[in-house]
Amino acid sequence: MNIKKILPQILTLLVVILVFGFFSYNAQINMENRGITFGYGFLTQESSFDVQFSLIEYDGSHSYFRAYLVGLLNTILVSVIGIVFATIIGVVVGIARLSNNYLINKTAAVYVEFFRNIPLLLQIFFWYFAALRALPLPQDTDPMFGVFFLTIKGFFVPAFVWNNLDVFIYSIIAAIISIIFIRIYAKKKQENEGIQTPVLSISIGLLLILPILSFLFGGVDASVEIPVIKQLSQSGFTFEGGIKLPPELISLALALSLYTATFIAECVRAGVQGVSKGQKEAAASIGLTPNQVLKLVVMPQALRIIIPPTTNQYLNLTKNSSLAAAIAYPDLVLVFAGTALMQTGRAIEIVSITMLTYLSLSISISIFMNWYNKKIAIKEK
Amino acid sequence: MNKLNFLQPDKNNFYTYLYTGVILVALSIFIVFLNSFFNKDIVSFLPGPISFFLPLILGFTGLHLIRIDYSGLRFLDSINKNINTNNFNAFLSLLIVFVVIKSLPPLLSWFIIDANITGDSKDVCTGSGACWTYIKIWFNRFMYGMYPNPEQWRINLSFIALAFLGCVGFFATEKFKKYLTLYYVVVYPIIAFFFIFFFISGGPIFFDFSYGIIAAVISIILGFFIPSKFKMYYFIIVPITLYILLKYVFFYEELIELGKLEALEWVETGAWGGLSLTFIVSFFCLIFCFPIGLFLSLGRRSDFPIIKYISIGMIEFWRGVPLITVLFMSSVMFPMFLPEDMFIDKLVRVIIAISLFEAAYVAEVIRGGLQALPRGQYDAAKSLGMGYWKMHILVILPQALKLVIPGIANTFLALVKDTPLIFVVGLLEIVGMLNLAKTNPEWLGFAMEGYVFASVLFFIICYAMSKYSYNLEQKYKTER
Repeated sequence: MNIKKILPQILTLLVVILVFGFFSYNAQINMENRGITFGYGFLTQESSFDVQFSLIEYDGSHSYFRAYLVGLLNTILVSVIGIVFATIIGVVVGIARLSNNYLINKTAAVYVEFFRNIPLLLQIFFWYFAALRALPLPQDTDPMFGVFFLTIKGFFVPAFVWNNLDVFIYSIIAAIISIIFIRIYAKKKQENEGIQTPVLSISIGLLLILPILSFLFGGVDASVEIPVIKQLSQSGFTFEGGIKLPPELISLALALSLYTATFIAECVRAGVQGVSKGQKEAAASIGLTPNQVLKLVVMPQALRIIIPPTTNQYLNLTKNSSLAAAIAYPDLVLVFAGTALMQTGRAIEIVSITMLTYLSLSISISIFMNWYNKKIAIKEK
Repeated sequence: MNKLNFLQPDKNNFYTYLYTGVILVALSIFIVFLNSFFNKDIVSFLPGPISFFLPLILGFTGLHLIRIDYSGLRFLDSINKNINTNNFNAFLSLLIVFVVIKSLPPLLSWFIIDANITGDSKDVCTGSGACWTYIKIWFNRFMYGMYPNPEQWRINLSFIALAFLGCVGFFATEKFKKYLTLYYVVVYPIIAFFFIFFFISGGPIFFDFSYGIIAAVISIILGFFIPSKFKMYYFIIVPITLYILLKYVFFYEELIELGKLEALEWVETGAWGGLSLTFIVSFFCLIFCFPIGLFLSLGRRSDFPIIKYISIGMIEFWRGVPLITVLFMSSVMFPMFLPEDMFIDKLVRVIIAISLFEAAYVAEVIRGGLQALPRGQYDAAKSLGMGYWKMHILVILPQALKLVIPGIANTFLALVKDTPLIFVVGLLEIVGMLNLAKTNPEWLGFAMEGYVFASVLFFIICYAMSKYSYNLEQKYKTER
C-alpha cells in the first residue's frame, strides 16, 4: 500500500463526490425556489390526461402510476412485435446473404446496406408521414382476405371472442410442461441407451392436440368478430369491432423491425460463417445425416456466436422504441417523460424513473447474458 | 439423335435444350417487360391465374432446361453456377428479376419522368411524380437551418477550411508524420472549435471557456519539461492555477470587449440547423467521445477498485438508457442541477450529453480490443521497465486500437445516425427541418420527397464512412 496507489483513487472519488454534491446542492436550492418538494408521492395523484392507445383500462381519473404502467405496456408491446418481426426478417436475410445464388445474395446485401445506413428516426418518419399517409380512407378500403382493413386510420383486424379462455390457456401450459419433461426424458434416454426420440414431432403434436382437446371437451369456444364500417358523420367513417392497430404502432413496429433486422442478419451471417468447414466434414464423416449435422453440430456452434450480439440488438430495439415520442405513439417516454412531466413539472423524479426503468431492463438482460455466455462458453482444459 | 428427355437435360442434345431454354426464358422476361413498361398484356387470352403465372412457368422451365453441368460455354456455366444451381434457386432468381422489372417503371416515373424540378412555386408540381422543386426551394433551409441567408458563406468557408485542415495528414512528409496524432487529437479539434465558435457563431474571442483552453495548452507545452516523477501533481495543480490566474488576475472584462469581432453578426445556436448542424454535432461528439471512452475503458480494466467501479457504473448507466431520455435529461433535468445564474447553451448541453452517451459505447469497443491482446504484451512491456502510461501509450493502445477500428467506426456511424434525435430539445437538423417544412401551409403534401432526399443524403454519408472504415481495417490489418 503506497501513496501512488491510493492517491489517484481518492482524487477520483473526491471529484465524483464534488460533482454530485454540487448538483444536488443546486437542485435543492432550485427546487426550494420553485416551491417543489422532492418526492414520489405524486404517483398516486389523479393524472387527468388521456392516452390515445392503451392496453389496460385507463382514463384521466386514474393515477400517474397507472399512466406509467400504460406507457410501459405500450413500450413492451411495440418491442415484442418489433423483436418477433426483426428476428424473422433478420434470419431470412442472413441466410439469403449466405446463399450462393448471386441475385439473392446481392438483393439481401442491398437491403442490409440500405436500411442500416439511414437513421432510424428518418425511417419512422418516412413510414408514418409519407408511406402510411398514402393509404385509403376507411370508406374506400378494399378488405384483404375479406376481414383485414388497412386504412389511413390504422389496421383493423378481426378479434377473437373467447368462452372459457382460461381452460385453453391451461391446456397450452400443460402442453409446454409435458414437452419439457419429454425433453429431459429423451436426453436421458439418449445418454444412457443411445436411442433418439423424435422430440420435435411429439412437441408439435402435443401443442396441437391438447388445445384441440380443450375445444372439444373443455367447453372452449371462440368466435371471430369482424370489423364493420360505421358512419360517424357526413364524411367521417370508422370501423367498429375487431382490434384496431393505430398507424403509429404500425409505422414504429415496421421501422424498428426493418432497421434491427439488418443487424440481426449480419449476426446470423457471422455466426454461420464462424463454424469452420472442417466441423461439417467431420460430422458427415462419422455418419451423421445432413439434418443431424445441422442440428447437432452446426447450429449449436453457430448459435453460440449468434445469440449474444442478437440479444444486444433486441435490447437496442427496446431502447430505440423510445423514438415513439417523435410520432406520438404513447410509449413510456411520451406518456411519462412527456405529458406527465409537463403536467407535474417534476423533472428529476420523472426522468429518473424513466431512466431507471430502461436501466433495470437492460442490466437484467445483460446479467442474464453474462450467465448464458458463461454457460455456453467452450470449456477448455 | 438421342432420345429427348426434358425432365433430365443432358449433353447429348445440348443445343436443343439450350435453344429451347433460352427462348423460354427470353419469352418470359419479354412478357413481363411488355406488361410493366408498355402496360400490354399479350397473354390476356388465357384465363386469369394462368396468364398471371405464365411468365414464371415459362422461365422456370427454361432455366430447368439450360441447367446442364460442364456445358463448355463459359457464360452458361457462370449462369448455372450463380443463379441457377437448383429448382429453388432458379425460382427465386426469376422472382427477383420479375420484381425488379415490374418495379422499375413506377420508380422511374416517380423519380424522373413525371417529376418536376423547374419553377419556384408549388404550382408547377402537377404531375404524379416527385416534386423536386420543393427540395430546390427549401434546399438552403435543409442545409443551413434558420441561419440567415447572407451569412451562410461563413458556414461554407469554415467547413471548407476545416476539410482542408483535416486533409493535412495525406500530404504530410515523413518528417512530420510522427506529429500527426498530436495534431489530430489536440490541435485540430481546438482549431475546429475556434472556427465554429468565432466564425459560425460570431462570438467574442475571449470568453470563459477560452481561458481554460489557453491554460490547458500552456500547461501541456510546459509539461514536456517537467520530470515524469512530478507529472501527475503538475497536471493536477498547474492548469487550475493558470485558469484562475488568467481569468481573475491578468485580463478579464477588458479583453471580452476588446475581442469582439464587430464585422461578424452574432448568430445564436438556436438558429443553426440543417445538415450543417448534423455535421457540427457529430464532429464534436466524435472528438469528445473518443478520449472519454478511452479513459473509461482503461478505468474499467484498472487495478484500483474505486476507479474500476466508477468506470463500470458510468459505462453501464449510459449504455442502459435510450439516447432520447439522455437528451430529455439534458434539456429538462440538467438545468435544475446548475446554479441559477449559470446558463449553458442548448447546443453545448446536447453535445455533452451525446458525447457521454457514445463514450460508453466507445469504451466497450476499446475494452474488447484491450482484452484481445495477449498477456504477454503487458508482461513484455513491464519487463522493459515501462510504467502504466508509457506501457499503454507505446505498446498496448496502438495494437488494441488497430484491432477495434471496425467497432469504433460502427459507433461513429451510430452517432451520425443518432444526431436527428436532437429534435427533442428543439434543435432542428436536417430531419427536423424536413418536419418543419412539411407543416408549412404553402408546401403541404411533399413529405415523401423530403424524406427520400434526406435518406439519400444520409445513405451516401454513412455508406461512404463504412466503406472508408473497411479500407482502414484492411490497411492496418497486421498478421498475428
